[in-house]
Amino acid sequence: MKIGLIACLCLFVIALLSSCTDKKTPTPAARTAGTPAYGDAIVIGSIGEPSTLVPILASDSASSDVSGQIYNGLVRYDKNLKLEPELAESWDISADGLTITFHLRKGVTWHDGQPFTSRDVLYTYRVTIDPKTPTAYAENFKQVKKAEAPDAYTFRVTYSKPFAPALESWSQAMLPAHLLEGKDITKSELARHPVGTGPYRLKEWIAGQQLVLESNHHYFEGRPWIDRYVYRIIPDSSTMYMELKAGGLDYMGLSPVQYQRQTNTPEFLSLFNKYRYPVSAYTYLGYNLRHPLFRDKRVRQAIASAINKDEIVQGVLLGMGQVAHGPYKPGTWPYKADLRDLGYNPERARKLLTEAGWKEKNAAGFLVKDGRPFSFTILTNQGNDLRLKTALIIQQRLKDVGIQVKIRVVEWASFLKNFIDKGDFEALVMGWTIPPDPDIFDVWHSSKTGPKELNFIGFKNSEVDRLIEQGRSTFDLAERKRCYFRIQEILADEQPYTFLYVPDALPAVSARFRGIEPAPAGIMYNFIKWYVPKEEQRY
Amino acid sequence: MAYYLAKRLLLMIPLLIGITVITFGVIHLTPGEPVEMQTAMNPKVSAEARDRLRKYYELDKPIHVQYYRWVSRLVRLDLGKSFSPDGRPVAAKIRERLPITINLNIISLILEFALAIPIGVMAATHRNGPLDRWTTVFVFLGFATPLFWLSLILMYLFGIQFGWLPISGLHSLGYATHGFWWQLWDLAKHLVLPVSVATFGSLAGLSRYMRSGMIDTLGQDYITTARAKGLSERVVVYKHALRNALLPVITLLGLSVPGLIGGSVIFESIFSIPGMGQLFYQGVMARDYPLVMGILVIGAVLTLLGNLLADLGYALADPRIRHGRGGAL
Repeated sequence: MKIGLIACLCLFVIALLSSCTDKKTPTPAARTAGTPAYGDAIVIGSIGEPSTLVPILASDSASSDVSGQIYNGLVRYDKNLKLEPELAESWDISADGLTITFHLRKGVTWHDGQPFTSRDVLYTYRVTIDPKTPTAYAENFKQVKKAEAPDAYTFRVTYSKPFAPALESWSQAMLPAHLLEGKDITKSELARHPVGTGPYRLKEWIAGQQLVLESNHHYFEGRPWIDRYVYRIIPDSSTMYMELKAGGLDYMGLSPVQYQRQTNTPEFLSLFNKYRYPVSAYTYLGYNLRHPLFRDKRVRQAIASAINKDEIVQGVLLGMGQVAHGPYKPGTWPYKADLRDLGYNPERARKLLTEAGWKEKNAAGFLVKDGRPFSFTILTNQGNDLRLKTALIIQQRLKDVGIQVKIRVVEWASFLKNFIDKGDFEALVMGWTIPPDPDIFDVWHSSKTGPKELNFIGFKNSEVDRLIEQGRSTFDLAERKRCYFRIQEILADEQPYTFLYVPDALPAVSARFRGIEPAPAGIMYNFIKWYVPKEEQRY
Repeated sequence: MAYYLAKRLLLMIPLLIGITVITFGVIHLTPGEPVEMQTAMNPKVSAEARDRLRKYYELDKPIHVQYYRWVSRLVRLDLGKSFSPDGRPVAAKIRERLPITINLNIISLILEFALAIPIGVMAATHRNGPLDRWTTVFVFLGFATPLFWLSLILMYLFGIQFGWLPISGLHSLGYATHGFWWQLWDLAKHLVLPVSVATFGSLAGLSRYMRSGMIDTLGQDYITTARAKGLSERVVVYKHALRNALLPVITLLGLSVPGLIGGSVIFESIFSIPGMGQLFYQGVMARDYPLVMGILVIGAVLTLLGNLLADLGYALADPRIRHGRGGAL
C-alpha cells in the first residue's frame, strides 16, 4: 500500500511535468460508405448510471438504454413507430378483439444457450403481476384475464374487454424463466449480470464509471457489426461535451446551444455527424381548472392567443424544435396536422379578456375585475432551464395584454408534494413524454383527477372521456384516428393546456460510424446495422 | 487512563444515538419519499403499484417502527439494503466507492502538506518581502477561484487544446488488457487534473497557518538564544523553529481525518470520479434513506473517533488532562 502510494505519487509528478504525445490527429473530412466490417466499439456518454438490469424493476432512462441492448420484447416499435414483431414472429387478434395469440420465433436462445420459449413469456407475465414484485409496470398486464401457453412457441392472452394499448405492453422485456423461476427477483443476480436474448451481453460493469457490452454472435437477427457498446457515466454535461471533443466519446445528445453555436467548426464536422429529429415529448403551460381565474374558457383562450409559440421555440430552443398544438408528436399517425389552433394574436386576447369581464386597468397597467388585478403564478420545477426560460417569455407576453405573471421555481420533491398533490397551484410549465401508443387515459380522463393522479389540472369533459374510452377499446386504426383527431380539436378549443413545443433530439455521432438512417423513431433503432469500415476502426 | 478511556467510549453511545435520531428525523421530514421520486409523473404507475412499493420498503409503517428496525439492524452492523431499484446492500455500495475517495484524498492531502509547509515557511522567513507577497497572492488565488470553473478551463487546455491529459474518469478504455505499469501510468495521468485542482484550492488555509505559526515561533526567546549561539539561520529555522511551528498544523492534520471519506459532489461530478460525494448526493436526491443514513453514521463514528484520538493525544502530551483535574471534558 505504502509503496504503491509512493509510486503513484512519483508517477503523478512525472505525468504532471511530462508532455506525453498521444494527441490524435483529425482524420480528413471526406468519408466514403466503406465496406461493413465486424469490430470496433462505440462509446456513449450518459449523465446517469443504470440502477438495475432487471427491466421490470427499473424506471430510469439509463437502465432502459442498456437493457434495450440486452433484452427483447415480443413486439417493438419500428423506425416509423409502428409495432412490428420481435421475439414473436407474428400475432393474431381475435375478431372480438379480446384474444391476442403470439406465435413465437423459433431458434432464439438466451445468452447462456438455453432456448427461448413460451415458458419465459408466461413467467415474465406472472412475475410482473405478482404483488410481491416491486414493479411500476404491472398496470397493463393486470388487464389480462387469462394467459396461457398452449405449446412451446405459442402464447395467448385474453382480455375482459378490448384494450388497444395491450399490444404495446408486450414490448416489455422478456426475462429468462430458467434462471428466475422460484427465486426472489429482487435478490436476483440478473440485476448486475443480466441474461437476455438481445444483440449485446454485459461483459463488465465498473460501478460509477462504465458498462461494457459485447456483441452476441448468435443474435437471432444476425451478429451486430459493432463489437462493443461502452456506456460511460459522466455526470456533468460540460465534461461530457469536452470528452466528445477530445475523442473520448462517440455519441452524446447535444444541447441546442452546442448544436447551433459550438459545433459548426470544420474540425468538429469532419469528426462528427450531427442528427436532428423530434423528441417524443412536449412542454406545456397548464392551468389549474379548479381555480376561479381559469374556469372561464375565454380567459384560457386569451392567454393562448397572447403567447407567441414560435418566439418560444426560437428563444428557448434556438429553433431546435417545433410548435406543439396537441399531445401528439408531429409526423406520427394520431397527430392531426391540419388542426386549427389559436395562433399568436394579442388583439384577440384583449377582446376575449374584455368579454370575460376584464375591462379596467389599474395604475400599473394590469387588468382589474371586481377590484382585483389579473395576476397569477407560474410554477415550474428546479433544474430545468428550458422551462424557466419558457416561463419568462410567457411572463413578458402576458404583461403586454395586461396580465401580471409571477414565476416560482420549486425543487422537484417539494413541487410534487406541496403543490401538485395538493392541487395548490395556479398555472405551471411542465412536460410530458409522448408514448408511441396514443392512449391518453391517465392524463386526460376525468376519473384521473384524484390526489397523486396525473390529471392534476382537473380537466373534465364528457366528450373527451367517451372518445378516450372508445379509442382504447378498438384495434381499428381508422377508428382510433377519428377519436384522437376529435380529442385534439376539443383540446385546442378548450385550452386546458396551452401546448408549447416539441423539442428536437440533437445527437452527435462520430463520423466513423456508417449505416445510420434517421427516421421518426430516431437513429438508435437500427444500431445493430451500424458499422465502421476496417481502416477507420479505433478500438 | 483506562477509566478516562472507558468514560469517553461510553459517552459516545448516547451521542451516537442522538445523532442518528436527529438525522433519521430530518431525512424523513424532507418532502418526497423514495417511492415518489421513482414513480412520480409516470403514467404507467398506478396508485396500487405505488402502495406496493411503499409496502416493500416498509414506508407504510410509523416512523418510530422504521427507526427501531433500522437501529436493530445497525447494532448487528448491517446498514440495510438500498432503496434504489437494484436493492443492493448499502455496505457493498459504500465499499466499492470508498477506496477511490480515500486514496484520492490521501494523495491530495500529502501534496497539500508537502507544498503548504514550505510555502508557509518561506513566507514567514521572507516576511513582507516579494516572495511572501507573491505566494500569498498565489494561494489566495487558489482559495478564491471556483474549482469547477478552473477544472473546466484546465480540461479544455490540457485535454483538448494540447491533448496531453485525459479529461475525466479514472481509466482509459481497454484498461484491463494492459500490464501493471501501464495501468499505473494511465491512472496517474487521469489523476493529474483532479489532484492538482483539489490541492491548489486548499493550499491557502494550511500555508497561512504555517506562516503565522512560524512567525510566532521565530519571535520566541529560545530562537534568539539559538541565534546567539551562532547557529546558522538554516539550522535555526529548520531544526529549532520548524518543529514547534508544526504543532498547530499537526492538529489540522488530525482534524482532516474524518474528511478523508467525504468527497465533493461538484468536483467528483466534473471529473466523473465515482466517489463518496456522488454516492451521497445521488442517495439524497433519490431519498434513498438507508444509503444516506449509512454514510452519515459512518461519518459520525469517524468524527467521534477522531475527536477521541485527538483528545487522547492531548492527554498524553498534557499532564493536567491526564490526571483528570483539568476538566477538559
